Amino acid sequence: MKPEIFSKDTQAIIYGYHVNAIQRMLDFDFACSRKKPSVAAIVNPGSDGWHKAFFGKGEILIPIYRDFASAAENHPEADVMLNFASFRSAFESTMEALNHPNIKTAAVIAEGVPERRARIIAATAKKLDKIVIGPATVGGIKAGCFKIGNTAGTYENIIESKLHRPGSVGFVSKSGGLSNECYNIIARNTDGLYEGIAIGGDAYPGSTLLDHILRYEAIPQVKMIVALGEIGGTEELKIVDALKSKKIRKPLVIWVTGTCSKMFPAGVQFGHAGAKAGSELETADAKNRALKEAGAIVPDSFDDYGMKINETYKNLVKKGIIKPAEEVEAPSLPMDFNQALKEGKIRKSTTFITTISNEKKEELEYRNIPISRIIESEMGIGGVIGLLWFKKELPSYARKFLETSIILTADHGPAVSGAHNAIVAARAGKDIISSLVSGLLTIGPRFGGAIDGAAQEFKRAHESGLKPEQFIKEMKSRGIPIPGIGHRVKSVTNPDMRVTQLKAFCKKHFKNTALLDYALEVEKLTTAKKGNLILNVDGCIGICFVDMLNSCGFSKKEIDDIVNLGCLNALFVVARSIGIFGHIFDQKRLKQPLYRTPYDEIAYMTDL
Amino acid sequence: MAQKGIREYEGKKILFDGLSEFIASFKGRSAKLALVRPDTDLKKLAKENPWLEKERLVVKPDQLFGKRGKHGLICLNADWKTAQKWIAERMNKTVTVGKTTGELKDFLIEPFTPHKEDEEFYVAIRSYREYDTIYLSDKGGIYVEENWERVKETNVPVLSSIDEIELNMPAVGDRKKEIENFVRALHKVYVKGHFTYLEINPFTFSGSDIVPLDLVARLDDTAAFECGKIWGELEFPSSFGQHYTKEEMFIRSIDEKTGASLKLTILNPEGRIWNMVAGGGASVIYADTVCDLGFSKELANYGEYSGDPSTEDTYQYAKTILDLMTRKKDPRGKILIIGGGIANFTDVAKTFKGIIKALTEYKSKLIENKVRIFVRRGGPNYKEGLANMRKLGETLGVPIEVYGPETHMTAVVSMALKEKSNVKKTAKTGGEK
Repeated sequence: MKPEIFSKDTQAIIYGYHVNAIQRMLDFDFACSRKKPSVAAIVNPGSDGWHKAFFGKGEILIPIYRDFASAAENHPEADVMLNFASFRSAFESTMEALNHPNIKTAAVIAEGVPERRARIIAATAKKLDKIVIGPATVGGIKAGCFKIGNTAGTYENIIESKLHRPGSVGFVSKSGGLSNECYNIIARNTDGLYEGIAIGGDAYPGSTLLDHILRYEAIPQVKMIVALGEIGGTEELKIVDALKSKKIRKPLVIWVTGTCSKMFPAGVQFGHAGAKAGSELETADAKNRALKEAGAIVPDSFDDYGMKINETYKNLVKKGIIKPAEEVEAPSLPMDFNQALKEGKIRKSTTFITTISNEKKEELEYRNIPISRIIESEMGIGGVIGLLWFKKELPSYARKFLETSIILTADHGPAVSGAHNAIVAARAGKDIISSLVSGLLTIGPRFGGAIDGAAQEFKRAHESGLKPEQFIKEMKSRGIPIPGIGHRVKSVTNPDMRVTQLKAFCKKHFKNTALLDYALEVEKLTTAKKGNLILNVDGCIGICFVDMLNSCGFSKKEIDDIVNLGCLNALFVVARSIGIFGHIFDQKRLKQPLYRTPYDEIAYMTDL
Repeated sequence: MAQKGIREYEGKKILFDGLSEFIASFKGRSAKLALVRPDTDLKKLAKENPWLEKERLVVKPDQLFGKRGKHGLICLNADWKTAQKWIAERMNKTVTVGKTTGELKDFLIEPFTPHKEDEEFYVAIRSYREYDTIYLSDKGGIYVEENWERVKETNVPVLSSIDEIELNMPAVGDRKKEIENFVRALHKVYVKGHFTYLEINPFTFSGSDIVPLDLVARLDDTAAFECGKIWGELEFPSSFGQHYTKEEMFIRSIDEKTGASLKLTILNPEGRIWNMVAGGGASVIYADTVCDLGFSKELANYGEYSGDPSTEDTYQYAKTILDLMTRKKDPRGKILIIGGGIANFTDVAKTFKGIIKALTEYKSKLIENKVRIFVRRGGPNYKEGLANMRKLGETLGVPIEVYGPETHMTAVVSMALKEKSNVKKTAKTGGEK
C-alpha cells in the first residue's frame, strides 16, 4: 500500500445523496484552488440524473447513477468511495466498492455496522491492499488536497484551522468530533495539518491508529505525528510495539482519553462503542504509561496536549527539520444566499404576494382566522368563501345565501353541456381531473354564464338609472336576450320553486334588495309579453348576490371588483363541479364503455 | 450498543435451534427450556411445558452472573414441586455475588442431565479483530482455570470458514469425532447469530449426545436488523445488580428513536459538577479533566449528545439534566459545564436553542441552587449559538461564561473548578510560535 492515499486530483464516488456533505467537499476544493472537483459522481439507488452544485463561484453538474458499478465504470479516475449508506446497507455497498479494481480507499460513515461485518470489511481491505476509513466516522482530510464529507465542518473553520494548505503534522484519532478540535489545536501550535484521519469509534475500525501512523512515518512531508487514543481495545499497545521496534521514528505526541474510568463504576459505556476497557491493559492510564515508556510524547492531561504539540514543533523547527509552511490566503467563499439572508446581510424582493391565507403561522389561517376557530364557529363553506374570495367575515344570512346558491346550481342533469362532456371524457377512460375540466371548459357565455351576465347587466342598468322599459328596449336594440330572464318550461303560472324560495329568503334577511326589486319590475314587463320570460334561477342568484354584497356593507368599488373579477362564474364552477364529479363517478361505477355518437344523430350532408 | 450479554435461557434457545441444523440430537431441545420471572404464572408454564412435571430438573438464576454453584444458587435433580419451592424461596431476594448485590428475578429451568465428573469439557469462542479463537479443553467445569495449559486454541480467520480449518484438539479419546462436529457446528452458529463471546462450561455427554450445561453468551446488538429470525424475541437484560434510573431510561428511549446520539449515566446524583457535553469523544475528555483536577467524587454524571440532534431532543436532554441537578441544594452551589469540541456538522445554534429553552424554564431553580454555568463550543453556526448564550446570561440570574474555539476545549473545566483567586489566566489553545 502506498503511504499517500489522497492528492490534489483525488476524486470520489459518493454513495448516498448527501447534498450538504457534497457541497462542503466542493467548497473545500475551492479553498484549496483545486481545478477538478473532488466529487466525480453520486450513487443514489432511488434515481439517476444530475446534481447541480456550487463549485466556487460557479455551478457544476455531477452525474447521479443508480448503482455503484455504472458510476465506477464511467469514472475510472475516481479511486475513493465515500459511503453514506445506512448501517443496514453499508456492508454490501462497501464490499462492492472494495472489490472494484478502481477503488483504492473507502470511507464508511454509518454508525451501527455489525462487528462481524466490520471485521470482514477490514480483513478484505487488508487482503486487497486497500484502505477503509470507518465505519462510524466523519472521515478525514488531507490539507490543501481532499476532504471526506463533513470533516472539519464549515468553510470558516477550514480556513481558521489552515486546512486549505498543507503543514507538517500527521494526525489520527478515533473520534470524528475531536479530530476537528485537534485540527484547531494543531493549527494554533504548529504550521498546520498535513493529513488527519478519524478512524471511527467502533470496536473494529477498517484501518487502525497504527495503520495511519505508519503511513505518516513513510510520508516525507510529515515531520511529526499527533494521535489521540481512547480507553478500550489494545490498539495503542501495538503503537507501543512499533515505537519499541523503531518502526516509528518521527516524534509522536499522543494522549489516550478515558483516564476517568477508574473513578467510574464498572459498566459505564462511553459514547463510542469500542470505548470500554475489557482488562487493566486496556485502561487509558495503562496505555498512556506504556506509550510514554516506549518513547512517545505523552502529556499529563488533555489540557497540556496543545503545549506538548507546540514544544515538539518548535524543537523540530529549531533543528531545521521543519521549515514552517508558508501561509496561503484562501479565496473567500461567496456566502450562501440563505445564510446571508439569515444574518441580515442582504435583502431580496419577493416574487409573490398573498393576502388571503398563511400556512406558516402556528396554525393554518384563512384571512388571519385560525382554521380551528373557523371550524368551531361553524362558519361553513359560505364563510370560507367569504374569507378567501372577498376577504371578509360574512354574516350568517350571506353565508347561507352562498351555500343555498351552491346547492341550487350543483347539478342540472346529464344533458347539459358540462355534464355531457364530462360523461364522454369519463367514458373514454380519462382520469377524474381531465373529465372534470372537459366539462368545466364548456362554461361560458352560453352555458352557466347567465348568473354572471345577469348580475353585470342588471347592475349596469340599475346604476345608470335606466327604467325597466328602457333597459328592455336597449337590450332588444343590441339584439341580445336579457341574461337571467326566461325559462324553457316554467312560467308565471307555473313558477320555479327554487326562485320562489330564494326570493323569499333574500327579502327576509337582506337589508337591501334594490337590484332584486328592479329585476322584478323588469320581469313584470317581460312576462306580460310572454309567460315564460320569468326571472330564472341563474338570474335570481346573480342579482341577489349583488344585493347580498350591498347588505353586508361592501363598498361600491369592492362590489364592482367582485362582480368584474368573475366571482359569480367562480361560484357556479365550484357548485357545478360537485355535480360533474357525481356524473363522472356514476359513469365509472357503472363501467360505461366509450361513448360514440350514433350515426342517426348526425346528418351527413357532405354531398351538399 | 455493540456487545451485550444475554440470558442463558435465550442463549441456549438460539444455540440449540442453530445446532439442530447440524446435529440431530439438538432437534426440539430448545423447547425444553423455561424462564421463571416474578410475574410468571407457574400453572400456565407447567401446562405449556409438560416436561416440567415429567422430568428431573435443574434450576438456577439467569441474570448474567456466573459461579452459581459456589454461591449455592443451583438446584440439581429436582422434581417440579421442589423446583417451584426452591424458586419461591429465592425470588425477589437480595444476594451478593462477588462484589455485586442485586435482586434475584429470573430463573432458568431445564432438564437435569446426570453425568460423570470426569466427563466435563470446556469450549469458548471469542472474537478478535482478525479471527475468532476457539478454546477447547478436556478439563471443564470448575477446574478449567487451574488447568488452563490444557486448553487448546484454534484461530479461525474472519474470511475463512471453520470447515477449512484444522481444529487443535485436546486429548478427548473416543469422544473426538462428536466433539469436533459439535465445535464446528457451534462456530457456524456463532458466526451466523452474530455472537461476540460464547462459553460453554461445562458440556458433557448423555449417551452419545452432547449436552451443554452452563452457558455465557454475548451478542452484537447492532446485528439485530439481520438476526430477527435467529434471535427470536430477545431482550438485552441489564447486568446483575445494575438498574437504570427513570431519567436514564428516558434518555435511552429518546436515543433509540433518533439517528443522533444521546447518552446519560448518573454517577452521583448529589454531585455538584454536571456535564452537558457534545460528542462521544469530547465527553470523555471533559470527564477525564474533572477527575484529573481531583473532583471525581463531585462528578454527577457522564453523558453526551452528538450527531446533530433536533432542538426538541436537545431540549429534553437538557431539561432532564437540569431537573436532576436542582433537586437537592448544596451550600457550595453547583456547576454546569456545557462543553464540546468544534462540531463537524452538528448545528450549534440549533442545539443550543434547545438548551437555552430548558435553562430559561429552570431559571428560578438554577438561582436557588446557586448554579454557575460554563460554556465552550465551536462548529457550524457557533457564533450565533454562543451569542444567544451570552444574551441569556444577561437575564438568567446565574453567571454564564461563554467561550469559543479560541479557548482550549477543557479550559472551562479548570475555570469552573478552581477557586477564583488562583485561576491562572486560562490556557489559551494557541501557543505562540
